[in-house]
Amino acid sequence: MSVLRIHDLKVEFPGRKSTFVAVHGVTLEVEAGKILGVVGESGAGKSTVGNAVIGLLQEPGRIGEGEVFLHGQRIDNLPDKQKRLLRGRRIGMIFQDPLTSLDPLQTIESQLTETIRIHLKLSASEASARAIELLDAVGIPDPDIRIKQYPHQFSGGMRQRVVIALALCAEPEVVIADEPTTALDVSIQAQILELMKKLCADRNVSMVVITHDMGVIADITDHVAVMYRGKLVEYGETDQVLGRPQHPYTQSLISAVPRPDIRVERFPMVDYIEEAGTPTKHIDIATHWLGKARAYDKPEGALVKIRDLSMRFVTRASIVPSKRRFLDAVKNVSFDIHEGETFGLVGESGSGKSTIARLITGLFHPTGGSIDFAGTELTSLTDRRQVLAMRRQMQMIFQDPYSSLNARMRVRSIIAEPIKFHRLAASNTEVRQIVDDLLDHVGLGIAAGDKFPHEFSGGQRQRISIARALATRPRFLICDEPTSALDVSIQAQILNLLKDLQEELGLTMLFISHDLAVIRQMCNRIGVMRHGELCEVADCDALFDNPQHPYTKQLLELMPSMELLSRANLQESGPTGAPPAP
Amino acid sequence: MRRLLQAMIVMLVVALLAFTLFRFVGDPINQMVGIETSIEEREALRERLGLNDPIPVQFARFIQSAVQFDFGTSYQFRQPVSDLFLKRIPATLELSFASAVFALVVGIPMGIYAGLNRESWVSKVFLSVSLVGISLPTFFIGILLIFFFSVNLQWLPSFGRGEVVEIGSWWTTGFLTASGLKALILPSITLGLYQMTLIMRLIRAEMLEVIRTDYIKFARARGLPDRLVHFRHALKNTLVPVITITGLQLGAIIAFATITETVFQWPGMGLMFLQAVQNVDIPIMSAYLLLTAFLFVSINFVVDILYFLIDPRLRIERA
Amino acid sequence: MSNVSTDKTETAAAGMLARMVDSDIFHSFLKSKVTVIAAIGTAVLFLLAFFAPLIAPHDPFDLATISILDARVPPMWMEYADPRFVLGTDDQGRDLLSGIFYGMRISLIVGFCSVIAAAILGITLGLVAGYMGGRVDAVIMRIADIQLTFPAILIALLIDGAARGIFGALDREVFSFYILIFSLALSFWVQYARTVRGSTMVEKNKEYVQAARVIGIPAIIIMVRHILPNVTGPVLVIATINLALAIVTEATLSFLGVGMPPTQPSLGTLIAIGNDFLYSGEWWIAIFPGLALALLVLNVNLLGDWLRDALNPKLR
Repeated sequence: MSVLRIHDLKVEFPGRKSTFVAVHGVTLEVEAGKILGVVGESGAGKSTVGNAVIGLLQEPGRIGEGEVFLHGQRIDNLPDKQKRLLRGRRIGMIFQDPLTSLDPLQTIESQLTETIRIHLKLSASEASARAIELLDAVGIPDPDIRIKQYPHQFSGGMRQRVVIALALCAEPEVVIADEPTTALDVSIQAQILELMKKLCADRNVSMVVITHDMGVIADITDHVAVMYRGKLVEYGETDQVLGRPQHPYTQSLISAVPRPDIRVERFPMVDYIEEAGTPTKHIDIATHWLGKARAYDKPEGALVKIRDLSMRFVTRASIVPSKRRFLDAVKNVSFDIHEGETFGLVGESGSGKSTIARLITGLFHPTGGSIDFAGTELTSLTDRRQVLAMRRQMQMIFQDPYSSLNARMRVRSIIAEPIKFHRLAASNTEVRQIVDDLLDHVGLGIAAGDKFPHEFSGGQRQRISIARALATRPRFLICDEPTSALDVSIQAQILNLLKDLQEELGLTMLFISHDLAVIRQMCNRIGVMRHGELCEVADCDALFDNPQHPYTKQLLELMPSMELLSRANLQESGPTGAPPAP
Repeated sequence: MRRLLQAMIVMLVVALLAFTLFRFVGDPINQMVGIETSIEEREALRERLGLNDPIPVQFARFIQSAVQFDFGTSYQFRQPVSDLFLKRIPATLELSFASAVFALVVGIPMGIYAGLNRESWVSKVFLSVSLVGISLPTFFIGILLIFFFSVNLQWLPSFGRGEVVEIGSWWTTGFLTASGLKALILPSITLGLYQMTLIMRLIRAEMLEVIRTDYIKFARARGLPDRLVHFRHALKNTLVPVITITGLQLGAIIAFATITETVFQWPGMGLMFLQAVQNVDIPIMSAYLLLTAFLFVSINFVVDILYFLIDPRLRIERA
Repeated sequence: MSNVSTDKTETAAAGMLARMVDSDIFHSFLKSKVTVIAAIGTAVLFLLAFFAPLIAPHDPFDLATISILDARVPPMWMEYADPRFVLGTDDQGRDLLSGIFYGMRISLIVGFCSVIAAAILGITLGLVAGYMGGRVDAVIMRIADIQLTFPAILIALLIDGAARGIFGALDREVFSFYILIFSLALSFWVQYARTVRGSTMVEKNKEYVQAARVIGIPAIIIMVRHILPNVTGPVLVIATINLALAIVTEATLSFLGVGMPPTQPSLGTLIAIGNDFLYSGEWWIAIFPGLALALLVLNVNLLGDWLRDALNPKLR
């Protein structure tokens, strides 16, 4: 018998003009001790399902139709007070961001014991003992000491463990976890998933895991429900759904997931996205403005040579030298990037990979070492004209599609700005023509120029960013996590676009990502970073097949296994060592 | 420790301002002697007062005497400024204290209520009243109160402190007599009303913001009752920003007392300061500047310590 | 050709108007009846003040039409009233209603000038402090911190006092206007600077600014073209609330006798004059200008309040 059963659930948000239906007739059930995954891209309504079950829909949302049963008892129409008694006692909840989920001004103990004593008839000392036991169960060392501490004294992963302890502290029958590992690093994510799986089995707790990440689904769920635009498109046992997807949306979603184990030439086109644009007229790169002035001198050796690069940030300034605190974000890093290749930098948050991108583009000034670009030493460059010439040759694409475009400028002015600033066109008419061509070429269409950035989706904005970066006719392009804020199907398109552009224009790329699978799809050579140091540099295939450094091995082991996923539609590409011939 | 250093620097900067005011705005000699005094006599006086010494020496001497509570002689009254202030400080402090208590005791509960019950009509009334409270200038509130309660109804006095009792050698209090307390009512409401509305609106805004955070959502998802969520989690987190602003507002009360004292002819240092501004009595002005600055800095210092007690993040960083 | 382009701009303008009418901000404006009333009220008061010379029944500055015999006439619905003076007259026989129109005019001029001056000073310093950071930032913000410990009214009083000391010999009639604006602007710049600095520090770390830097665009252009337009929202809110505050502060200073002189009376000056007659029963001389002042400030505050909520994404 199922523990939690959702029948024909419809959730609506009445708005000013019309009522928005976020969830359409969803029917699901979870059995005791099993894990159900709800997967979908942004806007699929997956979080809304979780909030509706626990009775915490955001205003003005409401359950329009359908029923929710807990052990056969209907709970969606209970009065508020009884719903509250259900929360925590019978249904637990885990939120995405462990950094903001805990009250910063209360000790862990006070937050645990208050929850325990609300739900269970226990004395203060019994509650305290139980709290310590729970912390131990979720894998927090020295629980009797740590329990007296405040949330800020815990790391992100440890805080998520505390959050899990809080969700479990009154022995609920079901736990709803909304993107429980999205805010965490890969290695921490693996540990937390392991813990959740173990707790479910040990305590016979059912769990609903809401996520966008196919890897998480493949890793821990028994059943999976795929949602698209508020509707349930496919529902079944996990290996069935992932291995032999029936619905075309599931099929295209799965084929868009980058795999660590195989490299594909291009991601297959996904039908289920409207925004996918293709250029209406193909410009001939050889004769077009974009392809002109590309006759650079061949550099001696590598295009970019980085030697002993170091960056130290002051985290606490003080007049007394002994009281100053520093953070060594980048420590003596050296590597080369050859003309025409894509060099990948991979590492967890805080490993210094983005800092390197900002050092190369001159956003930060290094504390030590040298950066040689096409034979020019960049760090000692002072002449403004030379600096500008270098800036023009290297451009950057940023991570966040929402903040990387100036919200107060029209798209046309955003893309025209670098052309005008570097005087790359003779007249305003020409600038206009170039901007139109660029917009068309990145698949947005000419009409996009007159709009403002907020009228576009995340993937489209990333295309605008790419057009802006191309507008200086760069030879070296730095992509700093260009797709990590995007849904997986959009990510596939953007990666395709970047691959095409590189091929057409013979660009050299530095591609930065925390996601080894994405790195594998894009790069010829890869550098692995940790705590500001470069652990290992190797050719792509060599790194995945035969990692040398222990950290690289660890990273590869922790990757969620994607072997379950169907391989239909995928075209494998050949070995990836050599850069494409220019 | 670092805070104390900062406070000292602030005081030093203010002292420099006060000194500049004292030394360079208007010629002190002109104010002290009659028109008939000869140039030689003026020069002698100048020498005697040390006005020909290098500026840093003069500044050091200024600070030295200020620390000893010596601010020179008032141009208008020909009396030592410190004596004038001593006589008037109790009146201003009692008035400020009464209005601060009024502002806090009324403003905080109203703010909490309006923050928690955003849609209720009572909070809407609170909010409208507070907006009127902010829009009415202090002096006009005083005039209206006088007009209704003193001129028309004749319930309460419109000026002065009433009967006062002397405590010790220089403190006088109006708290111990019926007429003193009656005289305190209108001025302290006038003075406290603006701060009260500000505190209420601030607490409401902070409450609304905190209620939307993840940890409040998570507390609800754990099934904690509203009472716990609101008072243990939300209110405590609201306090951190509220305390800073409230501290600043209490400082502002002492400054705004100037206006209230003028309207009610309250014999405090604000009234004296205002007369000094009108008559360009520089020694009183610079002394007032230093005294209020000292009060503000002390209040801020206390606020910082309170911060420390509330926020464990600050506490543990030190330990 | 030109026909086509005007056509284009017209449709573009119409589209923009339609978008504005359709936007959430405009909708929240219409939804709040109080705000609509406040907007109309503000507009009416501004117009009355602006066209005071045309609308006012008397010219309070024209000595020829003022007679001391008309002094302290009560408003028209009371005994001994004179139908020529709707709201009665003051101690010199000036029509109170006209005095209020002209007084409001002066209050508003002082208010607007000081808000603009404070905004220019504050925005510039805030942008520079926020973008440059480091020592420049530390110096500007320490000054702001110190100043913030002191309430604006006290600073204005001190500056006014000091200015009197310096310009003692000069013509006060002319100078009090400028001294007033100067002291108000110096008291209010901090708020702009702090807000703009805060937003600038957030904006400067956003990737669009980094993208502009990667392109090679110099700091001054980034500040003016990229950051400034993105920090105007909060500035607008502060400016509106500050206008109300500046009007109140000006009135307070004038009431205390250190603002506008009786020959160029602002609302505060009128109330100060009337305050002397409160006890002798001629209440209208103080109360009517006071009510006008309260009404003006209340309306502006209501608009500012709404603007703050409408522009605050957190409260949506």
